[in-house]
Amino acid sequence: MSVTLNPAAHTRIVPAVVFDIKRPQRMVERSIMVARRSWMVLLSGFFEPFFYLLSIRIGLSALVGDVEVGGELVPYDQFVAPGLMAASAMNGAVFDSTMNVFFKLKHSKLYDAVLTTPMSAGDVALGEIAWAVLRGALYSTAFMLAMWALGMVQSPWIVLSVPICVLIGFSFAAIGMALTTFMRSWEDFEYVPAITLPLFLFSATFYPVSQYGDWAWLVQLSPLYHGVVLVRASNLGEWSPALIGHAVVLVVLAVVGATVASRRIERLLLT
Amino acid sequence: MDAIASPVVATGLVKQFGDFTAVAGIDVEVAPGEAFGFLGPNGAGKTSTMRMIGCVSPPTSGSLRIFGLDPVADGRQIRARMGVVPQLDQLDNELTVMENLVIYGRYFDISRSDVKAKAKELLEFVQLTEKAGSKVDPLSGGQKRRVSIARSLINDPDLLLLDEPTTGLDPQARHVLWDRLYQLKERGATQVITTHFMDEAEQLCDRLVVMDGGLIVAEGSPQGLIAEHVRREVLEVRFGYGRNIEMMPAVDGVGDRIEVLPDRLLIYTDDGDASLSELHRRQIVPESALVRRSSLEDVFLKLTGRTLVE
Repeated sequence: MSVTLNPAAHTRIVPAVVFDIKRPQRMVERSIMVARRSWMVLLSGFFEPFFYLLSIRIGLSALVGDVEVGGELVPYDQFVAPGLMAASAMNGAVFDSTMNVFFKLKHSKLYDAVLTTPMSAGDVALGEIAWAVLRGALYSTAFMLAMWALGMVQSPWIVLSVPICVLIGFSFAAIGMALTTFMRSWEDFEYVPAITLPLFLFSATFYPVSQYGDWAWLVQLSPLYHGVVLVRASNLGEWSPALIGHAVVLVVLAVVGATVASRRIERLLLT
Repeated sequence: MDAIASPVVATGLVKQFGDFTAVAGIDVEVAPGEAFGFLGPNGAGKTSTMRMIGCVSPPTSGSLRIFGLDPVADGRQIRARMGVVPQLDQLDNELTVMENLVIYGRYFDISRSDVKAKAKELLEFVQLTEKAGSKVDPLSGGQKRRVSIARSLINDPDLLLLDEPTTGLDPQARHVLWDRLYQLKERGATQVITTHFMDEAEQLCDRLVVMDGGLIVAEGSPQGLIAEHVRREVLEVRFGYGRNIEMMPAVDGVGDRIEVLPDRLLIYTDDGDASLSELHRRQIVPESALVRRSSLEDVFLKLTGRTLVE
């Protein structure tokens, strides 16, 4: 008698879609095929943050002066640059995983075609998220180089800002894709900036969280805030165990988002 | 899993969407190498059946086995051996024709060098070699459908699903497509085809089922169905719009059976010319008269009281 594993036993702990992920890299391969023709946009990925940071350096830095982070005074441009880096990782991931995915899901029927092959809904979801993350990694590297070119880098630990931004990108791409599967029409995308803009403005991006006084706990609810803290730490080269908690928040969001996205694609397309 | 076993076996297959029953319990068995058709009007349940066979739509109840496997549990393995041409071309608009085939092959885990060679060969087969570098959008409807067919063959499928393969194509493009499908059949690929064109079903299918309202109303070969359900020939006569029903008693007995449509009377008979002579003998002069061979359209009309294309 042979022993057979009961797949249902797994699904109580790990969702079934996770077992059905075999070749998400094929979705990435497709995206690379498409992107090959528009590699020039990568250049803008460098110049956009470069100009942004340059304007802050020229204008705001002198006006604002130094900012206190963990008892240490930091010039304003060096304070704000990591915040902007985290925010740009969020914005890139959200854009890739909402509008782009919605178009492929509802209009070009790309995923319908893919699902007639041995690819699964989990492959599609994870592959698309992975692509958003990969692109984000390139942009984050460009952002880091721009910071370095403008002398805003304080510590060699800044190299860790790229993997941190990859994590931020993964979380937001996963959540963005999961939310996209609930959208009915293009009008629903009006809600996207209504969420990302306050996150961008209020996640201790432009000033320390201490400015919020008694309301600082509210900022904890912003996923971006946890990313900003991590990138800022990498630029200062100051690590503390509390950072693990911030990273865990992002990891949990990524897992939840990817799982919901896979399940929803399955429900929408495999009816 | 016997290799010679039937690629598709369905028993009591049902598909419901909420309260709506798209497929109301059908039994189907497709033999290896056979071209099998689902003929019926829009909404008969053909596409729902196809999607279940294609493992992209779980059956509500009943049993379905593809290559002897369960489409819900073993969907990935089944789809690896299947080629699908969907009703509306779902080509990748961001890629070229060639890239469309290549990436599709990659979804099947075919190595890059193999898939490139295969893609070239298939573009030749569908006569689109010169369009390899073109994007998909500028292609004509017939060309797009040929790309879809080439794409569906990238994994050398044992079973090919074609959902309304020539709907929306001009007559010339249809014939090119039929010719390719016939060649594929000669190579031994099993084909499952849905169509609401009776001429297409007659051209392509060895055997077919007629579907209506989610049920199978008849089954057989195109010729067999015609022989079983209707006479060999049809005399079509027109007396002017609305007058056809009045003429029923006058033409009674001219043929074996009469079917009244708003614009014409269909008189089923073994000898159309003899029936026409009989009309003339009775001094009945229609606006126009035409003798033709009976078709699956007539079978469908007899079985359901409705025409296929409304």
